[in-house]
Amino acid sequence: MGFFDILQSIIPAAIFFAAPLIFTALGGVLSERSGVINIGLEGLMVMGAFVGVVFNLTFVDVFGPELTPWVSIFVAAIVSALFATFHAVASITLRADQVVSGVAINFLALGIGLFLVKQWYGKGQTDMVSAPFYRESIWLLSDIPVIGPLLFSKTYWTSWLAVLAAVLVWYMLYKTPFGLRLRSVGEHPMAADTNGINVNKMRYIAVIMSGFLGGLGGAVFALTISLDFSHATISGQGFMALAAMIFGKWHPMGALGAALFFGLAQSLSVVSGGIPLLKEIPQVYLLIAPYVLTILALAGFIGRAESPKALGKPYEKGSR
Amino acid sequence: MLKNRLFYLFALLLAVGLVLGACGTADDEDTGNGGDTENEQAEGGDQAEEGGATDFKVGMVTDVGGVDDKSFNQSAWEGLKAFGEEQGMTEMEGYTYAQSESNADYNTNLNRLVREEYNLIFGIGFMLADAITQVSGQYPDTNFAIVDSVVEADNVASITFQEHVGSFLVGVAAAQKTQSNKVGFIGGVDSELINKFEVGFRAGVASVNPDIQVEVQYAGAFDKADKGKQIASFMYNSGIDVIYHAAGGTGNGVFTEAKDLKKNDPDGNYWVIGVDRDQYEEGAVPDTDDNVTLTSMVKRVDVAVADVATRAMNGEFPGGEILAYGLNDNGIAVAETNKEALTEEILNEVNSWKERIAAGEVEVPQNHDELEAYLGNL
Repeated sequence: MGFFDILQSIIPAAIFFAAPLIFTALGGVLSERSGVINIGLEGLMVMGAFVGVVFNLTFVDVFGPELTPWVSIFVAAIVSALFATFHAVASITLRADQVVSGVAINFLALGIGLFLVKQWYGKGQTDMVSAPFYRESIWLLSDIPVIGPLLFSKTYWTSWLAVLAAVLVWYMLYKTPFGLRLRSVGEHPMAADTNGINVNKMRYIAVIMSGFLGGLGGAVFALTISLDFSHATISGQGFMALAAMIFGKWHPMGALGAALFFGLAQSLSVVSGGIPLLKEIPQVYLLIAPYVLTILALAGFIGRAESPKALGKPYEKGSR
Repeated sequence: MLKNRLFYLFALLLAVGLVLGACGTADDEDTGNGGDTENEQAEGGDQAEEGGATDFKVGMVTDVGGVDDKSFNQSAWEGLKAFGEEQGMTEMEGYTYAQSESNADYNTNLNRLVREEYNLIFGIGFMLADAITQVSGQYPDTNFAIVDSVVEADNVASITFQEHVGSFLVGVAAAQKTQSNKVGFIGGVDSELINKFEVGFRAGVASVNPDIQVEVQYAGAFDKADKGKQIASFMYNSGIDVIYHAAGGTGNGVFTEAKDLKKNDPDGNYWVIGVDRDQYEEGAVPDTDDNVTLTSMVKRVDVAVADVATRAMNGEFPGGEILAYGLNDNGIAVAETNKEALTEEILNEVNSWKERIAAGEVEVPQNHDELEAYLGNL
């Protein structure tokens, strides 16, 4: 296998693996930047995958094979956003422990999903959807020499939507007044409040947006990779997204890079048998690389991973 | 101030709603299941008065896959149901299943069935091996059977399958089908059981043409569709045109990848060989007539379960024995659903090897050492 062939095996596989993680990690960034811990990312992905698959199965005749997957991921994102309001109410208004509330979201999502599948379909998992996303070549861009075939031919549109989402979130957080407010309530809510920013409202918006993105991640996973919904569809991807967010230092571009890196590490472990230098490294080291790097990042070896100052602290008006 | 109070009241209402809502789901589920069981039992009671031919009772405990997992739990339950109906038994009384939601449920479920005086209790899947070992020791008067594993005790029958033989035959089919002379194997977890699939497959491929390359990868999990898809993507990209997966849910990703490639390139060769049951349905490419499932290595858990139950009822329970279901007792089969892909020529070749194996002319290897020896003798 030539070098270019190897790249052609690694890069597209890394990108489709990373796309769901990117969406979900961006959701995590929004929520945690506003000061609300979101362990519930896994649950939001489960909800997204469940709604995405069920909607796709039910409405494929209405929207046709081209449109259905897009409508499905949008509906899944909306439902997950609504689902995230549970977390918002519990952790912002009721000032419950944000970690506990997030864990509850994880259990609740899987429970609801499996229970309803059982009720509606009478079995433990759904059928495979008949209108998933397919690989396509992106016009013009796929004709660019070298990077065209690597990045833009036979790729999923959703993967590039994920990259676009990262740019949008970055722009929103760092270049708009809204983003400044969102970050300020996560750093020093009292100062923000003094300046007339409604802290709880900002946090509600952030958590709901994180539900939207988490749902998008789950639905994209279901409609590009697993194609059905069962208890094993989302098994840990939400936590990987959480790790990507931390490894990316709570920055949208960092999260994007970290998710892509995780995809690359996994894809390398698959291909390693065919690459001379990597063949010597036992596969297990490549498999654990993402997690080890996340731990190192948290422990402060790779720069400083500084979380938002007010993360995990509910805001009480007038408290010091 | 008043506004503030109203707000808290509203929040409280939402919170109560959340809590009650959560309880509600669980309650529904419980009463739902309970209700079903009661109904079934009520119906069962009626039938029992009519039927009630024998007082032999048989039950099974699923692993976490659940009784409708489209795989061996479901197959086992179908076998038990067929056996029960044949004997005029009533569901949930003469024959029943206990679903395990987590690994912690195995002992509890087994104990419950023993207390309800079931004469024969099946543990479905190797994950129940430890629980069966423990419980069978505590209740020497009850008969147990374990599927896909071996438990050494006088009151336990161990049901195994000759997966290596079935894998050998699909290996023959793969070798006949491949045009690039490169085929792939994707395993779930690198373990003794899955090695049997790999070794049989490689032996089958080599028996037809020793020059065919077999790329072997283990995903490390049975529930990582994304990993399965990445491996499949790499394999198809490197020119492999037939992939045999023995990886459960991880295999979903293999089907996804093959269908995706086939959709983009309808004339290309992208085949998947399914496992455990006929996976023809999974291979259908939407909006076309194409199907990427070449064949499947089918394990007839239902046949085995019904057979052991029948023998136990007739007082010939094979306690302490290791039963290996294979070609001769229809415990293993090669799915022939995809007539278009699995041409008559391929099928004839598969059948001729089947006969040679049945006649004892070919000894299919079961582990890596035997494979080395087998390949050396070719």
